[in-house]
Amino acid sequence: MRRIVVAFASLVLVLSACTSNNTESAQPSSSASGADACAKDSLNLIKPGQLTVGTDNPSYPPWIVANTPENGKGFEGSLAYAVADRLGFAKDEVRWVDVPFNSAGTAGPKNFDFDINNITVTPERATVVTFSDGYYDLSQALVTMADSPLASATTLADLKGYKYGAQIGTTSLTFIAQTIAPGPQPAVYDTTNDAKQALVNGQVDGLILDLPTAYYVSSVQIPGSKLVGQFEPQEYLGMLFEKDNPLVTCVNEALAGLKADGTLETLQQKWLADYLSVPVIK
Amino acid sequence: MTVEALRLEGVHKAFGKLEVLKGIDLTVAEHEVVCLIGASGSGKSTMLRCINLLEPINSGRIVVEGHEISAKHVNADKVRRHIGIVFQAFNLFPHMTVLRNITLGPIEVLGRARDGEEKRARGLLAEFGLADKESEYPDRLSGGQQQRVAIVRALAMEPSLMLLDEVTSALDPELVSDVLRTIKALANAGMTMVIATHEMSFARDIANRVCFLDGGVILEQGSPEQIFSSPKEERTKKFLQRVTDSGRS
Amino acid sequence: MTDKRASATLDAQGGSHMLGGNRAVIVSTTSTIVFFAVLFGIIFLAPQTQPVRDMFLDPQAMRESFFGVPAEGIPAIWRGFLINIEIFLIAEVLILILALIIAVVRQIPGPVFFPFRLVATAYTDFFRGTPLLLVLYMFGFGIPGMGIQGLSSFPVAVYGTIALVLSYSAYVAEVYRAGIESIHASQLAAARSLGLSQWQALRFVVLPQAVRRVIPPLLNDFVSLQKDTSLLMVLGIIEAARAAQIYSSLRYNYSSFVMAAILFILMTIPLARFTDHLIERDRRRRQAGE
Repeated sequence: MRRIVVAFASLVLVLSACTSNNTESAQPSSSASGADACAKDSLNLIKPGQLTVGTDNPSYPPWIVANTPENGKGFEGSLAYAVADRLGFAKDEVRWVDVPFNSAGTAGPKNFDFDINNITVTPERATVVTFSDGYYDLSQALVTMADSPLASATTLADLKGYKYGAQIGTTSLTFIAQTIAPGPQPAVYDTTNDAKQALVNGQVDGLILDLPTAYYVSSVQIPGSKLVGQFEPQEYLGMLFEKDNPLVTCVNEALAGLKADGTLETLQQKWLADYLSVPVIK
Repeated sequence: MTVEALRLEGVHKAFGKLEVLKGIDLTVAEHEVVCLIGASGSGKSTMLRCINLLEPINSGRIVVEGHEISAKHVNADKVRRHIGIVFQAFNLFPHMTVLRNITLGPIEVLGRARDGEEKRARGLLAEFGLADKESEYPDRLSGGQQQRVAIVRALAMEPSLMLLDEVTSALDPELVSDVLRTIKALANAGMTMVIATHEMSFARDIANRVCFLDGGVILEQGSPEQIFSSPKEERTKKFLQRVTDSGRS
Repeated sequence: MTDKRASATLDAQGGSHMLGGNRAVIVSTTSTIVFFAVLFGIIFLAPQTQPVRDMFLDPQAMRESFFGVPAEGIPAIWRGFLINIEIFLIAEVLILILALIIAVVRQIPGPVFFPFRLVATAYTDFFRGTPLLLVLYMFGFGIPGMGIQGLSSFPVAVYGTIALVLSYSAYVAEVYRAGIESIHASQLAAARSLGLSQWQALRFVVLPQAVRRVIPPLLNDFVSLQKDTSLLMVLGIIEAARAAQIYSSLRYNYSSFVMAAILFILMTIPLARFTDHLIERDRRRRQAGE
């Protein structure tokens, strides 16, 4: 019996020595020159040769179109492919996986290389995951039904005393408490879908959503609803990575390139309609 | 002139394909005590359960004090108020005290007042030597005491006819005599009774008439002397012989 | 010592705890102390389990989540728990009543009552067959979504409680039914023989016995109900578990869940001990008669 244990232990030691040699030899240039570190073959990927990108299912315009990120449409859909292109991936080398919004911002290993899903960068989230640089400055906005007294609100004071709804784990929830401070306890839902249903049912008076989503909800998804106004931007969106994933450096490089050559702004203007006309509530 | 308390005419009863009663004819006069004897499965219990309408009959008539209770549209609940029955398994209600067991029927069915009924119940219990048991639950009584309470419970409804179905068969021997004494007191008081029993000496002592059930019919009936000392039918003789042999006469 | 043991074995009243006398007490006490000391040490003191303590047993996080942080919009778990309790108490009463009605309807004899029996059976099949979560969605979002005057404008907690009541009553009705069917037919025969109607026999004789018999499984269902009140969170209600979840989504610490769990456990333990007591008392009563 003891002989078996010793043999097994030595086998394990030998194997681990071998593998550690391999990983050492696999990163010869990461510390040497920056340019080669982001070469396609030396990227830290879940599945080598493929860029695995996460987003929610279902996802809505203007972020993803027709809930099919593979079509490369929508702001986040097209941005993901633009970043992939910069990193050297062809369109068919990009693979999408479903990642519920709630689960992305938790600690632990991920099944994606990065997640792009209108995630606001916050210090709390940054303790457990790593974010890229920002790719969009975000405003929160208020959606109500057109026949609600809340529909004619213009100042923060007008917002007091109503019941609001938001999705669990979103910055919208914190926004309600800190900026609106309405009084009545807000209603918290698992998904934005449930929150929208509650608005239609009259179970909440208003929804707080990020501005592009609010625009889409009020103009297309909920008939009879109204985008009452936006709030001054306090947040920005970033792509989410597993904590300390070195891939973020390369993605930031790609993003910087897209900003420099104007691609980012083009995409923003194409997919995220001009929201300047939406009144600001303050 | 004797009043007819009970009459069965051509009563047939089958359970599915199994025919148990194949034409029972019986007349019981008021104040008469009739004992039914016969082998297990001969239909004694079934007959009693048909009389108080627990089991519907397939054909025939049952007439109690001139009323045909086996007819359609007869309110069985109302009929059962006048017929008391005591079973072999005690069937006292275990979640009620002895007193409540006895007063439940008169209060809820006959609509009598609680105070009056409780007094009456206490009187009955005293009469039958169970006065100190009124607040006990049935599981605290001996088998014999439970059977006597069951008899009192049936009497509390003031029935005109009492049916007793092998009421001592499940008792330990030393408890049997108390119950038999109770039944005898009832008979002496004039209660009309139909008693199914294995206790032959008791039947000989108490019955005005003995009926031998065999093959779903009353094969032979007569006074106790006739049946026990000089039975006419071969099968009656055989049955009585078996009973004597087994030592239960 | 030997004499004491011998007499103990012969003494039927004493039971096994007489055997060995004081020695058994010492052994069990020592064993208990050692066991819990080791467990305590592992959980609370060992350095290897520090990450577990940080993530699940952080006292600061538990206190914070219990009282909430109004400035950041973090709701208090204790407030949410009051909602769980309120829903549970109301639902429990309604379930006991509705389930009894369904169980009784299911066994009313007679051909004229066939459609009623059918409806009762269909009800049981539907609500036992449908996940409670689906029922909650249908009642909490679907009915208000119909926009029918009067029917569609109650607070969402009302719909949620109705969903709980309808779903649980189907299960509890089966428990009652088992109890009713366990009452020997001779009880019913004795009751009817006194002239009691079917309904009176049910009310005075069968049901009182049946209900007493099924108290342990009934209480078991209610222990389960206490937890299922948390499911109402999907309708937007901030009950204890949702409050814990909001805390953890902003702080990345799961001690709030442990805090909420402690509250639920504290509510369950008295009910569990009470059930044990009832079972024991019932057993003693039945044995006393032998």
